[in-house]
Amino acid sequence: MTVDDLLKQPGAWLAAGKDTGTVVSSRLRLARNLKNRAFPGWAGEDECERIWKDLQPVLGQLRSMTPSFALSMGEIDLLDKQVLFERHLMSREQAEKGKGSGLVAAVDESMSIMVNEEDHMRLQVMRPGLDLDRTWKAIDAMDNEIEQHVSYAFSPRFGFLTACPSNVGTGMRASVMLHVPGLVLANEINPIVKGVSKIGLAVRGLWGEGTEAVGNMFQISNQISLGEKEETTIANLTQVVLEIVEHEKNARARMMERKEAMLCDHVGRAYGILAHAHILTSKEALDLLSGLRLGIDLGILKKMNRRVVDELLLVTQPAHLQKSEGKKLKAKDRDQARASLVREKLKEAEKGEPGSS
Amino acid sequence: MLCESCNEREATVHLTQVADGAVKKVHLCEECAAKSGFDIHGPLSIQDILLGMGQSSSDAAAGPERSCPKCHFRRADFKKTGRLGCPDCYETFAAELLPLIKAMHRSDQHMGKVPSREGTAVRLSTEIAALQKALDQAIASENYEEAARLRDQIQGARSRAAGPEKKEST
Repeated sequence: MTVDDLLKQPGAWLAAGKDTGTVVSSRLRLARNLKNRAFPGWAGEDECERIWKDLQPVLGQLRSMTPSFALSMGEIDLLDKQVLFERHLMSREQAEKGKGSGLVAAVDESMSIMVNEEDHMRLQVMRPGLDLDRTWKAIDAMDNEIEQHVSYAFSPRFGFLTACPSNVGTGMRASVMLHVPGLVLANEINPIVKGVSKIGLAVRGLWGEGTEAVGNMFQISNQISLGEKEETTIANLTQVVLEIVEHEKNARARMMERKEAMLCDHVGRAYGILAHAHILTSKEALDLLSGLRLGIDLGILKKMNRRVVDELLLVTQPAHLQKSEGKKLKAKDRDQARASLVREKLKEAEKGEPGSS
Repeated sequence: MLCESCNEREATVHLTQVADGAVKKVHLCEECAAKSGFDIHGPLSIQDILLGMGQSSSDAAAGPERSCPKCHFRRADFKKTGRLGCPDCYETFAAELLPLIKAMHRSDQHMGKVPSREGTAVRLSTEIAALQKALDQAIASENYEEAARLRDQIQGARSRAAGPEKKEST
């Protein structure tokens, strides 16, 4: 399995699941460290390399993650690392690492383990739609299997010990990616973001920590990892997400009732620009694709299907674009390549390509 | 609540600082918070929260700086990176970390999953801690029926912790 093979399949967070209208995907990560070994940031490259050599065979043979592939950060180029980041298989921080760090992931991309990012291991399971309960079962099983082979750093008081004290305890971060154009258009998103932050949850952009919310996509996740059972954290987050989904539904319904022309105009303009533009920046593409997604959800765009839009969200990202063009591109050239790819895909979708429903 | 700085606008930014092992809360309006240099829109970074750590008055009196016997990590390194050196650092710097962890998580006791290698005793003690928390909440919300049920569960867990062999055979 190479990074090029991944490009032939849809990402795990986009794979067709149940209704992924407002909730795009659910993700859990567990931070785990080895007993008696320095954390990656302090260990030095040689020790990190030894840890990667120790862990890779163990993680590569997990029954709970079969079939899988392993990539060493020292052996793949920057563009490939960016592709892995854009597919949410690993963090931006990991993409900046070299020798001594690595990634082991399921071929279907639903599970992955970053080795020697901030912690020795960062386990991740991702599923389309709101599905944190099953996601927890999957990551819990993977965690149990790994523990049969290694000793985790753990303290009865602080739980799983992590490089950063903000992750101690369960070491778990549960996050849900939401597409909420209705709340943004109705100017109702800010009070929700504020309210959510007040109850100990964090709101982030599409690509996690420190990223901007583009394309009306927000990630909501727990901040607190100590003093709460995993199931409680998950139940609380699920509850909040369901409420936001309800708010989004109401905002859309209200606008359809009172401002239908404005909504149709928003969707139509998004479609018009995407179908005819020759220069598209990454941010503009994401924002307009969000409009298209909304139009499909509301039945304004009848011919288009959401899979096409979701695929475009991924393949118009800078590294994916350069991979499909087969060469490195400057930002200016990328914007042209992006526009031409979008025009082509939308034309295909209109003709009703096989597989569209 | 009014902003503590200008006393005019509503305080919407609530910061928690840890200094000298004490937690201090500051309430500001967005404008005053921005003026004092807090990036209120970005997530509060660990380094921001840690501003207090390492500046304590005990610094000067402490003499040569303590380092982790296992990995030689020093407190100054933590100030720089916001990350610890190894799992044993939690033991070495427990005094400094405890208020920080409490401020971050509003708790200092793990209640989640326990690795199977840790054994039954540890699992039971975290289970009891979790039940105790639920019991406190039940009492606070005057749900006494639930509280009684939880109290029985805690007693059960305690007796299992005291003599697992005997209890399990009955």
